[in-house]
Amino acid sequence: MKGLFRRVAEAERPHITITVDGQPVTTLEGDTLLTALLLAGSQLRLNEFDQKPRAGFCLMGACQDCRVWTENGDELRACSTPVSSGMRIVTAEVPWTSQ
Amino acid sequence: MDKPVVIVVGAGPAGTRAAQTLAQAGLRPVVLDENRLQGGQIYRRQPENFSRPASKLYGASARSATALHTAFEALLPHIDYRPETLAWGISSNQLLTEHHQHVETLPFDAMIIAAGATDRIMPCPGWTLPGVFTLGGAQIALKAQACTIGAAPIFMGTGPLLYLVAWQYLRAGVKPRAVLDTSSFKTRMKGLSGLRHRPAILAQGIRYMADLLRTGVPLHAGITPVRVEKQENDTDLRVRGVTWRTARGQLRHTEGDAVGIGYGLRSETQLADLLKCDFAFDALSRQWLPVTDEDGATSQKGIYLAGDGAGIRGADAAESAGELAALRCLADLGRPVAQKEVECLRDALKPMNAFRHGLETGFPWPWKNAADLPDETVICRCENVTAGDIRRAAGPLDAPEVNRAKAFVRVGMGRCQGRMCGLAGTEILAAARNIPIEEAGRIRSAAPVKPLPAKIRGIMT
Repeated sequence: MKGLFRRVAEAERPHITITVDGQPVTTLEGDTLLTALLLAGSQLRLNEFDQKPRAGFCLMGACQDCRVWTENGDELRACSTPVSSGMRIVTAEVPWTSQ
Repeated sequence: MDKPVVIVVGAGPAGTRAAQTLAQAGLRPVVLDENRLQGGQIYRRQPENFSRPASKLYGASARSATALHTAFEALLPHIDYRPETLAWGISSNQLLTEHHQHVETLPFDAMIIAAGATDRIMPCPGWTLPGVFTLGGAQIALKAQACTIGAAPIFMGTGPLLYLVAWQYLRAGVKPRAVLDTSSFKTRMKGLSGLRHRPAILAQGIRYMADLLRTGVPLHAGITPVRVEKQENDTDLRVRGVTWRTARGQLRHTEGDAVGIGYGLRSETQLADLLKCDFAFDALSRQWLPVTDEDGATSQKGIYLAGDGAGIRGADAAESAGELAALRCLADLGRPVAQKEVECLRDALKPMNAFRHGLETGFPWPWKNAADLPDETVICRCENVTAGDIRRAAGPLDAPEVNRAKAFVRVGMGRCQGRMCGLAGTEILAAARNIPIEEAGRIRSAAPVKPLPAKIRGIMT
């Protein structure tokens, strides 16, 4: 399936590769994590109450719906985190026991 | 008190003008900004390596946006600017802040809170599906990331942002499938007497509607949302369209791959609440707002509010209000203030108040819809609390107001602290108990006002 978002301008920027759930995702410098993930796919995480996918909502740091995690277990708000080269992201919470 | 410490929370139009006024008076305010770059939401900047001109980003407001950005750049040597910094609590008259997992307490002599607003949301079945975003979010995707939320978006809700965002998408080459407005033409006419106090803005809105109509975007008035429809393939779940009712009650379906929703704005008032400012029920917007006088002074000494965080009046009003609050703050600190300037700002804000009245009357929050939402509708999207859960709290559990309902069924308990669900949840409770909305209370704020990272470091003094 295609991503949710469509890029309509500003495509002339350096490419960056990040890793999402072990898979490489190519994005552009200046994109947020939310942009990178929703251009590539249709979800950011699963809601912990019904296990249904969520893809963020407000994009301004208010709704807290867009969180993802680093492989180290740090929580990131995807809408306000810019991508950086080599980022390793997971879309399910890392269990405490693995840290 | 030689150089008092004044903190400005927020760096949108209100915060920027407040900081500028304080700096001009010789103070060095601390300016806290949750964003990476100054501008707030309305004049949010694109990342440094983007190249679209201001006219493309801000349209008719390009001049205001550029002026505000330029003023701020000139201000930087004279203020203590702290981007990506969250003001999350109050302790012993100090403000608690967090920046990159580092916590710091800031003492202050006065504080101007310009915390802005978020979209006002009325949930409907399916609103948690991937592909549904707030109108503000849909605009941020375009403005700050040069992306649209889909290829065939539907915009639903009410208020000026509904048409502005639809128009901006059209201009970006992504034609909206429909604009679905809960306000009827008749209701909008009732707002005209207020809206005509700002004829240029009114004309702009009419132009957006005309452009949309001319290019074949259907604009429907007086609709009732029924549900956002989904499509599901294996693990992929996303929006397929919107089912809605016409003003005459006929069921309609519009296909689309994304939905932007919003019903005007709601003020961010958590810090004023933690500072124990008095609140009063505002019948016009059906929200509880901090009490301020016309200059933005609250019931607490040294605490001032400006911009949409004090009540929704928009960006132009926010600039005047930021300046006015700063002048009042300076006067209260014993600094000389030109009374003529104060009078001038007060006068400038008068038509803004009338305009706000027009907006809330012409594009009202469709509060009555809350009572008709099916029991299974998710209201609190953080914790999937449903309308039925809230009705159970209101009825069998006998919660008299929303904080008790929160304790019983966790509505507003989640990570957004009721920012998205609080108003609708309270409407459902009030309707179920058949009490006026002002008797159903408001969700009390709690620190931290937004989630903090678990690996936090720092020294609390």
